[in-house]
Amino acid sequence: MNLSLLILVPLITAIAVLLVRNQQQVKWVSFIGASIQVIICLFLFVYYRNDVAAGNTSQMLFQQNYEWFPALHIGFHVGVDGISVAMVLLTSFVVLAGVLVSWNIEKMTKEFYFLLHLLAVGAYGFFISLDLFMLFFFLEIAVIPKYLLIGIWGSGKKEYSANKLALMLMAGSALVLVGMLGLYFTGTERTFDLLKISATHIPVNIQLICFPLLFMGFGVFSGLFPFHTWIPDGHSSAPTAGSMILAGISMKLGGYGCLRVAVYLLPEGAKEYANIIIVLSVIGILYGAFVTMMQKDLKYINAYSSVSHCGFVLLGIGMLTKTAFTGAVIQMVSHGLMTALFFAVIGMIYQRTHTRMIGEMSGLLKKLPFIITVLFIVGFCSLGLPGLSGFVAEVTVFMGSWEHPDAFHRIITILACMSIVVTAVYILRAISKVSMGPMNETFSHLKDAAWNEKLAAVILLFGIIIIGAAPFWLNDLIRPAAEIIMQKITGG
Amino acid sequence: MKEFIILMKPELVVSIIIFILLFIKLGKPTGNDFLLNVIQVLLLINFASGFFFNHEGNLFGSMYHTDKLIAAQKSILSLGIYLISLLFADWFKKSEHLAEFFILMLSALLGMFFLISSGNFLMFFLSLELATIPVAAMANFDLDKKISSEGAMKLILISAFSSGILLFGISLIYGSTGTINFAELPAVVTGNPFQVLAFVFLFTAFAFKMSIVPFHLWTADVYEGSPMAATSFLSVISKGAVAFIFITVLYKVFQPMQEIWYNMVVLLSIITMITGNLFALRQQNIKRFLAFSSIAQVGFILVGISGNSPEAITSVVYFILIYVFSNLAAFAVAATISSKSGKENISDYKGFYKTNPFLTWIMALSLFSLAGIPPTAGFFGKLFLLTAGAAKANYFFIIIAALNLVVSLYYYLRVIRSMFMDKNEEPIEKIKMQLSTRFGMIICAAGIILVGLFSWIYDYIQSLT
Repeated sequence: MNLSLLILVPLITAIAVLLVRNQQQVKWVSFIGASIQVIICLFLFVYYRNDVAAGNTSQMLFQQNYEWFPALHIGFHVGVDGISVAMVLLTSFVVLAGVLVSWNIEKMTKEFYFLLHLLAVGAYGFFISLDLFMLFFFLEIAVIPKYLLIGIWGSGKKEYSANKLALMLMAGSALVLVGMLGLYFTGTERTFDLLKISATHIPVNIQLICFPLLFMGFGVFSGLFPFHTWIPDGHSSAPTAGSMILAGISMKLGGYGCLRVAVYLLPEGAKEYANIIIVLSVIGILYGAFVTMMQKDLKYINAYSSVSHCGFVLLGIGMLTKTAFTGAVIQMVSHGLMTALFFAVIGMIYQRTHTRMIGEMSGLLKKLPFIITVLFIVGFCSLGLPGLSGFVAEVTVFMGSWEHPDAFHRIITILACMSIVVTAVYILRAISKVSMGPMNETFSHLKDAAWNEKLAAVILLFGIIIIGAAPFWLNDLIRPAAEIIMQKITGG
Repeated sequence: MKEFIILMKPELVVSIIIFILLFIKLGKPTGNDFLLNVIQVLLLINFASGFFFNHEGNLFGSMYHTDKLIAAQKSILSLGIYLISLLFADWFKKSEHLAEFFILMLSALLGMFFLISSGNFLMFFLSLELATIPVAAMANFDLDKKISSEGAMKLILISAFSSGILLFGISLIYGSTGTINFAELPAVVTGNPFQVLAFVFLFTAFAFKMSIVPFHLWTADVYEGSPMAATSFLSVISKGAVAFIFITVLYKVFQPMQEIWYNMVVLLSIITMITGNLFALRQQNIKRFLAFSSIAQVGFILVGISGNSPEAITSVVYFILIYVFSNLAAFAVAATISSKSGKENISDYKGFYKTNPFLTWIMALSLFSLAGIPPTAGFFGKLFLLTAGAAKANYFFIIIAALNLVVSLYYYLRVIRSMFMDKNEEPIEKIKMQLSTRFGMIICAAGIILVGLFSWIYDYIQSLT
């Protein structure tokens, strides 16, 4: 399996989009490119499973290593483990769905799809990089397309939100950069290579400096409290596909970076700061949940609930147990699919009713049966109904947290559990208000989902239901990789 | 004699071009279009000649020194001049004194070549003067504009002032060590207070030339007043040349005092970055905006210089190559807009993307490169400067530098936002460009994208240091 394909295919799609002539071609080229990418990712998944089943025990599979800047020991080094495969699969699903829901975009179509695919290049590259320099390169590639997507195609106070997002994410990546340079200069040999750095012993005092820099930096991306403030503004101003990718993929860059770079490379630092991470993430979970209760705008509801849900990712990482790590990754995948679908549905509703205020909607179930049914499923997934992916993820995180026998962790876990009740309150309230009750006369002419919207919804629903019904395959995929990270922590 | 010709080839080529231009000027008056084409070809030859027969050696009792790295640095400057002749074609064609402008510019370039090659403080001083005085005349080239004369006046006063300080520093060095030869100085420089004082004077002179804060006050006024071609020359070529010789002086001559100058460089770097960035935040005029942004960029160059290693030299040379492409492209777009519509304010650019997508993308690329956003080359340039600076494990310094990157992104995004996002009922109309301007912009865009991604350019420079 040639992993460079994962970067090349979206890149070629992006360039092809610029070269074709009319809107129709742009859309189809994007669709075909994204579909090819999904197929490649499915193949990757199958090959990965086969290789592991055949007894390949190396940590990273399908590695490719070329020199890039040999003078500085920077390499083009890619490879995947179970966590990367899961994230890459998530990315391909969300991008395809994002292409489909933006089918009706009229303003500067070419530029829109170009930026969308450029963003995808950043995400794919980030998840498969094994060289910190490359990882950082792709992390930053993904920032500016978001800025332009929000600023040009967004709604509401879009310029403000776009600026806030770009600056906060860049500040996060600036911290990552400093931490990364710290790691570069610690070893006997100067290297950015993830595997080489993980093999060297980094002095504890350096770990204590670099860990907070890296974790905070990536934390900004994944909405670590108190650096979450870009999330509600950014998500609510972005165009539908923008919000989907922002919440579905972009926030996961942060979680993945925290786990893969900060915790894996700096285990001593992780142990030292674990309690702070746990406290901050629980604040994020509860704060996000309570703030969501007060929201009246559907996009804000989902944006704040994303803060709450991504808190579970960070909580799982902060718990430093194998099960909790696995749960964190499952939560990333699950939340990615779920929130992307949620935003897609909100976009579909908004396109028809031209409002996102739940107060102004009622009885839409009669007119939009497909869209509202999807809204129900995704809402249930969000509040953790068994049988859907959200439940699996949260339970795994809680189980991992419960492995700590001391009072502090127990209390924290109970507090985090309580947020589920709050989630149920706001989700049920929003859904029931939108779907039931007397139908507003102005909505009587609305049409249900078109083929592209149905396809997008089905793709994402497929993921949510598969994970919910048969979580073991995802679990088996992630667990060995989590095991390796755990060994670093216990082995010192 | 043969050695003389081979080693001084870049200077000789530039001198010959100057004479050719002088003779053309003396002869029958020719049209500007034809003359500009001739100049462009000559400058291309000048750039191309930089790739051949580069040898290492000394001349005039080590007054003049050259090696492959210096040849590469000269090539970067030649490339910059060639790009200027392409990018500002519009303004050149309207100019009444085209040949004179290029004679002045090439004289300054000649001075810079000698400056980079100098192996002695006397040579250094003479060539610095040659590199400065023509620039003042160039700054005054918009003859009918008062603001242009004002800028030129400021520039000449500041230059005279800094030359005085420089001479004072050089004489103190001679007084304390008995030599002004670069090769002999490291052995006798000990870092005693007297020499530190001399060094401070020297450093001040450099700071004036590179517009390091607090010696930057002339920059914005001169940039605003001068014609864009002169401004871009000042901000790119002249700064690059001084940065090159600054490295030589610090790393070779004052190597024994490195602990002293390290602290000075770090301090000034922090002040320069912060001041440049904070002032750039509020500028409305695009030229003043670019002036303050270039001050902030100098702060970044100082981060790399503080590294004091072969990698640091590479990263600075590499960054200046990238800076040539990015900054010249930004100036060229601003100049094109200004010469066609007379508009120079950022708020005038609103809705520009609708009417001029090509120019907008060039501007966006160059600003992203200046801000250090991947995949543009500026990302690699900035990152390698930071990497070079980080070798000293001074976390505080690197964090400040990295956060300054974020601040700078804010004001670069202001321009982007104004061009792409803001609505405007009456945007600037579609601009028809000269072919050579378009060609130059495409070269710059290609440079901005390719110099970073293709690592062999970095490796090549690294192999020279």
